[in-house]
Amino acid sequence: MSIVQCDVLIIGAGGAGLRAAIAVSEANPQLKIGIVSKVYPMRSHTVSAEGGAAAVIKEDDSLEHHAYDTISGGDWLSDQDAVELFVNQAPKEMIRLEHWGCPWSREQNGTVAVRPFGGMKMKRTWFAADKTGFHLLHTLFQTTLKHENLLRFDEWFVTRLLVEDNRCQGAIALEIATGKMTAIKAKSTIICTGGAGKVFPFTTNAAIKTGDGMAVAYRAGIPLKDMEFVQYHPTGLPFTGILITEAARAEGGYLLNKDEYRYLQDYDLGKPSSKPVLRSMELGPRDRLSQAFVKEQEKGRTYEGEYGHFVHLDIRHLGEKIINSKLPFVRELCIKYENLDPVKEKIPVRPVVHYMMGGIDTNIEAETVLPGLYAAGECACVSINGANRLGSNSLTELLVFGAIAGRNAANYATQQNGFSKGLEAQYKNEANRIEQNFLKKKEGKVKIADIRKAMNNTLEAGAGIYRTETSLKKSQEDIQELKERFKYIKMDDSSITFNTELIAALELSCMLDVAEAVIQSGLHRRESRGSHQRTDFPNRDDEKFLTHSLAYQKEDGPPDIKFKPVTITKWAPGERIYGR
Amino acid sequence: MKDLITLNVFRYQPEKSKEPTYQEYEIPYHKDWVILDALNYIKDQIDGSLTYRWSCRMGVCGSCGMMVNGKPVLTCATFLESYTPGPIRIEPLENFPVIRDLVIDMSDFLEKLKKVKPWIIRKDVGSEDREYLQTPSQLADYKQYSMCINCMLCYAACPVYGLEPEFIGPAALALAQRYNMDSRDEGKNQRMKALSHDTGIWQCTFVGDCSAVCPKNVDPAGAIQRYKVEGASNWWKTLLLPYASKD
Amino acid sequence: MEGLQTYKRKIGIFWWTKRLSHFRFISRELTSIAVAFIAIELLLLSKAIMNGEESYQAFVQSLTHPILIILNLIALGGILYHSITWFNLAPKAMVIKLGENKVPGFLIALGNYLGWIVISAIIVWSLL
Ligand SMILES: Cc1cc2nc3c(=O)[nH]c(=O)nc-3n(C[C@H](O)[C@H](O)[C@H](O)COP(=O)(O)OP(=O)(O)OC[C@H]3O[C@@H](n4cnc5c(N)ncnc54)[C@H](O)[C@@H]3O)c2cc1C
Ligand code: SF4
Ligand code: FES
Repeated sequence: MSIVQCDVLIIGAGGAGLRAAIAVSEANPQLKIGIVSKVYPMRSHTVSAEGGAAAVIKEDDSLEHHAYDTISGGDWLSDQDAVELFVNQAPKEMIRLEHWGCPWSREQNGTVAVRPFGGMKMKRTWFAADKTGFHLLHTLFQTTLKHENLLRFDEWFVTRLLVEDNRCQGAIALEIATGKMTAIKAKSTIICTGGAGKVFPFTTNAAIKTGDGMAVAYRAGIPLKDMEFVQYHPTGLPFTGILITEAARAEGGYLLNKDEYRYLQDYDLGKPSSKPVLRSMELGPRDRLSQAFVKEQEKGRTYEGEYGHFVHLDIRHLGEKIINSKLPFVRELCIKYENLDPVKEKIPVRPVVHYMMGGIDTNIEAETVLPGLYAAGECACVSINGANRLGSNSLTELLVFGAIAGRNAANYATQQNGFSKGLEAQYKNEANRIEQNFLKKKEGKVKIADIRKAMNNTLEAGAGIYRTETSLKKSQEDIQELKERFKYIKMDDSSITFNTELIAALELSCMLDVAEAVIQSGLHRRESRGSHQRTDFPNRDDEKFLTHSLAYQKEDGPPDIKFKPVTITKWAPGERIYGR
Repeated sequence: MKDLITLNVFRYQPEKSKEPTYQEYEIPYHKDWVILDALNYIKDQIDGSLTYRWSCRMGVCGSCGMMVNGKPVLTCATFLESYTPGPIRIEPLENFPVIRDLVIDMSDFLEKLKKVKPWIIRKDVGSEDREYLQTPSQLADYKQYSMCINCMLCYAACPVYGLEPEFIGPAALALAQRYNMDSRDEGKNQRMKALSHDTGIWQCTFVGDCSAVCPKNVDPAGAIQRYKVEGASNWWKTLLLPYASKD
Repeated sequence: MEGLQTYKRKIGIFWWTKRLSHFRFISRELTSIAVAFIAIELLLLSKAIMNGEESYQAFVQSLTHPILIILNLIALGGILYHSITWFNLAPKAMVIKLGENKVPGFLIALGNYLGWIVISAIIVWSLL
């Protein structure tokens, strides 16, 4: 039996996890910090973020504006105390990152430059060309290297939490290279495992975004909050789902339908003008833009290609110089993956799944309902993003709430002494489960890839941009059936050395859990709000649904759904107005 | 164009055999598939035991580097089309120990990374309310060296690293330069100490292949040569003016 | 990662024949033999000059031997190759900025070539 002990355990080494690690170390350099990640930290998905990170820094802007944009963007489902804390901390966090060396793009006078972004009333998005997430992640990772009390478990996969005496005491993880299971005991634990876009077929998300952290928390009895809110990004490349950042529109790109027409003007998003106008047209929020696409498709005004319908994003008029200086990665991606040069040609795009607004339920201290367990980043739901996240709020959220989680977990760890007795038994059970259900499994017949594909398709069909009672019910039936079939998966690989098939199977089981929560929460929210659009309940219903949904796992079948009220401080629910 | 293409893949399965073998897979050919799509097809449809790393599929996470027909490339950014009619030979990155199939052991690099102190070093931390100023031109001085995705292609291309594994190597040295040339940093001398001994810059014999294979135009060879020029001139300075150079 | 059986590939002594770039690199390294050859020849020449007119004539005479002519031609080729590859690499080590923009590499290489031509011209002129 293999056991490691630390004071604070962080699961996930993306932006949120690394920021949390630094916060723990700064709060108390004496603490031993463990940080587990299923990939090397610099491979974490934060690396793919392109456009930027929002924080108020310029004279003409105000915290009030940032808060209002976030809350109206989230269709009034954001907790306003969390948003106020968030916009308040945002500039400090961004400056810290600057002090750690992040290569932010600059103005001539040496101050950081900011760009406009969808749904934001002011220019407040800090950017490092269009590789913001990449620079943010590498800066954080390199900065953690100077902290000696940090113990990294690179390429270790967490399979469950250690919970005993009503507190979280670490997690069990599998070292991928050797197949060894280890109990990592910790006085407090932070989950920072990112999103779960891979439950859908077309997504900007990387292969690793399979919702593992959400699933392990859910299995430990912690509710998943607001899971029905899944963000479609309006501009992904059709086959690969590769993201063309919102910055392309912020710099002045147009969305054109088959008739070369800027169709957004037909959807109450303002009048077209040649220069980008904030909170208008192409700079409207993502949910509204993705929904407009579906309507255009219904009207037969989109192109049809090998990989489904698409429209065009046109940035040719920006000119080569702007494209090279502000959007070099967009150009690189188009040339490398779509074989076209956006300086000369229009880019084919379609809405693709991008971000999970929902996640592990936490309060504004990043605490979950289980003592000793914290969550931050995309896997968590604080919630600042409400029913629709604004672009460039997520990277900032990683920093703000990663740091808060780190400080609180450090504090909690210092107050604990010792661990419960029952942990050994949990370890044995879990090691046994992995061995019997996967490695030593004999008669499987269903391919992992087949279940994954069926899951993807049923989510797209039943829980996509537009949903109905019938479509959601059908999807839930499918998922429950797939969970049953999962018990009979076929394993080609029984090796203990770097068994990626085992990892794929474990990830799939996590995705199935996340999927059932997404669908069930959607079924119970009988209204349309932000990214959750029910054609059978087309209006927002503040009377009944100004509430967060909470999905609790059941032994069998779909989860129980409960609701809890949204925190409103200053901004009474109003109409979302764009372009007017 | 024919519809099938053959991949000849390096297999090393330590629990089965101490020696590697090559396995042939015939897969459907798609014009818009990259090598990684082909590997994923094999894993999903033909052989679930084939082992390799990948994640972002957009050339930015740095996981998917392999040797394709003897050259180190990112497999998510390399189309099958460039290798028609095949067969295509796929091997793990050269110069690294192989854990299994196409997965290499890169823990050595992570150790080395720490040695170059890749973080901002300065005496005075400055105000927490204001950013340090840095003009676009100062940013341009180091920007290129900050673009490294740690994909290890340059290590696979570097014969010096192959022959002398102690060599700190191209990406780590480029990263040291990235911080040295950052106007916010004051740690140059500390880093120079780590880098001027014989496993550092002087081991590089300027083959230049690291820069040729780098998918992000980092130009580690250039970074190292600039370092050498500086290292040499520092050496002369300390020789001629022993009291002038201070930490 | 204890207990891991990694496989280490061996590097054969002919590793440099497998890739054109490695072959070119080894060739460049080998041209240093040519440089050494010319250096020794120059040393011998100056020794001959110091020993007087007669030994100088004898040395020059011996240089007309076909084998030496061939060796010298090879050395010239080697040195040219060495210089050209070196000048082409020089922009990597020298980054010159004019305002915000880097001076493009080929201009730096061009500068080196010009310097080379000017110095050679001065030597030729002083000899005539
Ligand atoms: C293409 C793209 C572009 C984006 N652009 C922007 C943008 O411009 N601005 C913005 O604000 N947001 C953007 N986002 C959103 C933002 O990037 C993400 O929400 C954010 O990076 C998530 O960070 P994280 O730290 O929560 O998780 P990740 O960075 O996803 O990290 C998750 C970590 O958890 C680890 N992990 C997961 N499961 C396990 C397990 N079972 N065991 C062990 N470790 C595990 C992983 O190894 C990884 O280290 C973008 C997203 C995408 C997909
Ligand atoms: S320098 Fe280039 S080739 Fe080397 S690791 Fe970095 S990105 Fe890869
Ligand atoms: S998969 Fe990320 S770089 Fe290729």
